[in-house]
Amino acid sequence: MRENSSFFLVLLRLRMPAPIRLRELIRTIRTARTQAEEREMIQKECASIRSSFREEDNTYRCRNVAKLLYMHMLGYPAHFGQLECLKLIASQKFTDKRIGYLGAMLLLDERQDVHLLMTNCIKNDLSHNTQYVQGLALCTLGCMGSAEMCRDLAGEVEKLLKTSNSYLRKKAALCAVHVIRKVPELMEMFLPATKNLLSEKNHGVLHTSVVLLTEMCERSPDMLSHFRKLVPQLVRILKNLIMSGYSPEHDVSGISDPFLQVRILRLLRILGRNDDDGSEAMNDILAQVATNTETSKNVGNAILYETVLTIMDIKSESGLRVLAINILGRFLLNNDKNIRYVALTSLLKTVQTDHNAVQRHRSTIVDCLKDLDVSIKRRAMELSFALVNGNNIRGMMKELLYFLDSCDPEFKADCASGIFLAAEKYAPSKRWHIDTVMRVLTTAGSYVRDDSVPNLIQLITNSMEMHAYTVQRLYKALLDDVSQQPLVQVASWCIGEYGDLLVSGQCEEEEPIQVTEDEVLDVLEGLLASSLSSTVTRGYALTAIMKLSTRFSGVNRIKKVVSVYGSSIDVELQQRAVEYNALFKKYDHMRSALLERMPIMEKTTANGPTEAAQTNGEVEPSALDSKSLPSVPQPTGQVNDLLDLLGGNDVVPVIQTAPPTKPVSAGGELLDLLGDLSLSGGPAPPPVAAPPMSVSQPAFLLDGLSSQTLFNDVAAGIPPMTAYNKNGLIIEFTFERSNLNPNITVITIHASNSTEAEMTEFVFQAAVPKTFQLQLLSPSSNVVPALKQGTVTQVIKVLNPQKQQLRMRVKLTYTHKGSAVQDLAEVNNFPAQAWQ
Amino acid sequence: MKRKRLNTGFKMQFMLLFSRQGKLRLQKWYVPLSDKEKKKITRELVQTVLARKPKMCSFLEWRDLKIVYKRYASLYFCCAIENQDNELITLEIIHRYVELLDKYFGSVCELDIIFNFEKAYFILDEFLLGGEAQETSKKNVLKAIEQADLLQEEAETPRSVLEEIGLT
Repeated sequence: MRENSSFFLVLLRLRMPAPIRLRELIRTIRTARTQAEEREMIQKECASIRSSFREEDNTYRCRNVAKLLYMHMLGYPAHFGQLECLKLIASQKFTDKRIGYLGAMLLLDERQDVHLLMTNCIKNDLSHNTQYVQGLALCTLGCMGSAEMCRDLAGEVEKLLKTSNSYLRKKAALCAVHVIRKVPELMEMFLPATKNLLSEKNHGVLHTSVVLLTEMCERSPDMLSHFRKLVPQLVRILKNLIMSGYSPEHDVSGISDPFLQVRILRLLRILGRNDDDGSEAMNDILAQVATNTETSKNVGNAILYETVLTIMDIKSESGLRVLAINILGRFLLNNDKNIRYVALTSLLKTVQTDHNAVQRHRSTIVDCLKDLDVSIKRRAMELSFALVNGNNIRGMMKELLYFLDSCDPEFKADCASGIFLAAEKYAPSKRWHIDTVMRVLTTAGSYVRDDSVPNLIQLITNSMEMHAYTVQRLYKALLDDVSQQPLVQVASWCIGEYGDLLVSGQCEEEEPIQVTEDEVLDVLEGLLASSLSSTVTRGYALTAIMKLSTRFSGVNRIKKVVSVYGSSIDVELQQRAVEYNALFKKYDHMRSALLERMPIMEKTTANGPTEAAQTNGEVEPSALDSKSLPSVPQPTGQVNDLLDLLGGNDVVPVIQTAPPTKPVSAGGELLDLLGDLSLSGGPAPPPVAAPPMSVSQPAFLLDGLSSQTLFNDVAAGIPPMTAYNKNGLIIEFTFERSNLNPNITVITIHASNSTEAEMTEFVFQAAVPKTFQLQLLSPSSNVVPALKQGTVTQVIKVLNPQKQQLRMRVKLTYTHKGSAVQDLAEVNNFPAQAWQ
Repeated sequence: MKRKRLNTGFKMQFMLLFSRQGKLRLQKWYVPLSDKEKKKITRELVQTVLARKPKMCSFLEWRDLKIVYKRYASLYFCCAIENQDNELITLEIIHRYVELLDKYFGSVCELDIIFNFEKAYFILDEFLLGGEAQETSKKNVLKAIEQADLLQEEAETPRSVLEEIGLT
């Protein structure tokens, strides 16, 4: 009977072909000409492998898993092989174990519980009588052991750490490193075994022991102080490596075991940090390594690099530090770009602490600006900016401007910003400063950040003696090129301000040019018409033209331009033109006052993106400092008349900031916003001796308000409030205060709609009392969805320098179920924390 | 994928070998990541490295890691190390691995690695463990591999036909 069944089995087996060998499969798959063909082959083979697995075939399991691993590398799923790997690991055959462990490392994942099934096998294999099996177990555990596995098997690892078999000892050391990384609390149990690790002669054990000691010292201050006593021994080992003759086994290009040298240097760094005695004990050996190491190949430089890092990190004497920086300086001259890269990175780290030493290599660093490698260029640029100071500003700036001219676009923005910053800090003269900024605008004008326009305007305004020179240079720049918007904007602004100086040929700094009023107007009108000009630029140009009406003699041409643009398709331009027209007609008596020269602006922050980006540095003409208008007393009162005209004695209209392309317009927006608020009777203004509007409109714009990140460190905790709740429209206010400027409160409105129909064309407007200033940013949308399915949010920034109680009037307009709705409300119940 | 991993900054996180067409030939991961994450990282990194021009240096910054790569014939060897690690010695590690492969296969080429990928892994696992070098002597690594191969051969001593078909 038995013979019959065996015979039957033999027949069965003979009928089934053995699974195809691994290399055969690889060869076959590589003949596939398309992805689809490959996929088909793979699917076929996977099916056959799957059925083979199902039959619990021990003989070919190894072969099948190996094939599965190959297919896995090609990107195909192989999870059905996971358990098979475990079976292979449990097998007694070495081949099976080898592939099984490999499969486990490739297919198993500590996030899946199935990996825990390995634990017992690994435990057994760790005490196997064949060291290569033990090695497999140690390797797998040390590569992918989960925290649970490590906890279970740490004891076995610790035992192997004490064995005299160096093959196993070195693996156990690295396995211990992994265990400690996964379960730091287990570190203590490895301490006894570390006792004699450094007395080993075997380099493998030495190397891995140093790695283990490093890991322990980095993780525990106690371990660190415990192991400090090893410094002399480490120094000795390092010395032997350097002084010993040629050792073929460990030699790399004439250097003995560079891997071990580097690791020892690193451990010394950790031990010498913040420790005077330790640092002193390693001083000599560091100097020796630094001076004796062969630098012709990468391997020597790798050691030097680690040495430099160590010297800079421990408490080394100044001579050693200078030596280290000089090594980096020599690295900079190395032909190998990898070495140059590494040098620049290290110099960037040390430039703060060893500034003078790094300065000595300035010219080499600057040369690296011309390197071909992008990473090297970037580092050289950063380092160059770090090295700029009052003494070298002229020379450095020349190099940096040249770099700006020729560098890739990805660098231009950062380089321009860096130049502006450096110029601001170290400019030797105002003229130099203006020239430098102009140079940046002409060469990299399209890459400068938005805030550079108002910053430059401020700079120019405040350099009174340079006005004529500046406007002349900017005018000439415009004649050359009108494509770079920031340049054009600054130029327009200047011409609008100082056009009178331009035509009168008053320039002292250079040869004054001859230009007529008409020529200037030609240029500005050209900007208005040019397709290269953005909407923002056009706004600048129109305002500039308008301003010239009080500086030039011929007003008619200007009047004509203004009235033509009154029907411009561009809403922004149209609005301005209409308002300027109104200035000519109804308010001509105010015009000269409104368009007066700008006062000196208060400088707040020098850098950082500002909200000014959205307002383009334009200042409300009404924000006039009475101090700087001594010759024109009357306009002050008239300005106030304008404000009072808008209704309400104590309400100041908001400056509506539209999306970035739309700058604030001069006066008209005020009229527009609250024109029909009907808070007072008619349009006739009562003469009022109210105090003039407070200054620093520009200060408000330029004090670095924009990015919300300024408010990240705010301990707000200000309770939100419901500001409005009528007819289904609910508006909530949430608050944030800035630590940086306690006068600013940021209010975010959240408008929601509880009715079943949506509210479209939703517009929120607000006005605050005179002592406040308000800035309204663009809303998230104009549609408030029905049934509270979403909210419209909008940010309001309130400046409250006098810390008065906050009050607000809001005007809401929207369309609901086909009809237009409008409502006004007062908001008075602000929480005290919002304004105190 | 943003896991807070307590690390000391000196670790090698993974090593990838890939061809000039971007085909993966070996992947060794020393940090736990899902298959999906590994695929994503591999794809991105391969693209980034292949886009580099020959004149560029062997190091690049990628996410919060440093990538050290070197091309040997048609294969790119690419290691990801943490921020405190020494890029120059990593280049030496890569070179040592190539030397080991070369000695083992005799003038190694990409095809050797394709058809004997499991051997390439075995050699790597005798040289590095958990991302660190476990043996700095070329001779000792090769000796260990040789012995293990012998052990494997012994385990596969010629079988009779019946053995082959699993009957004894």
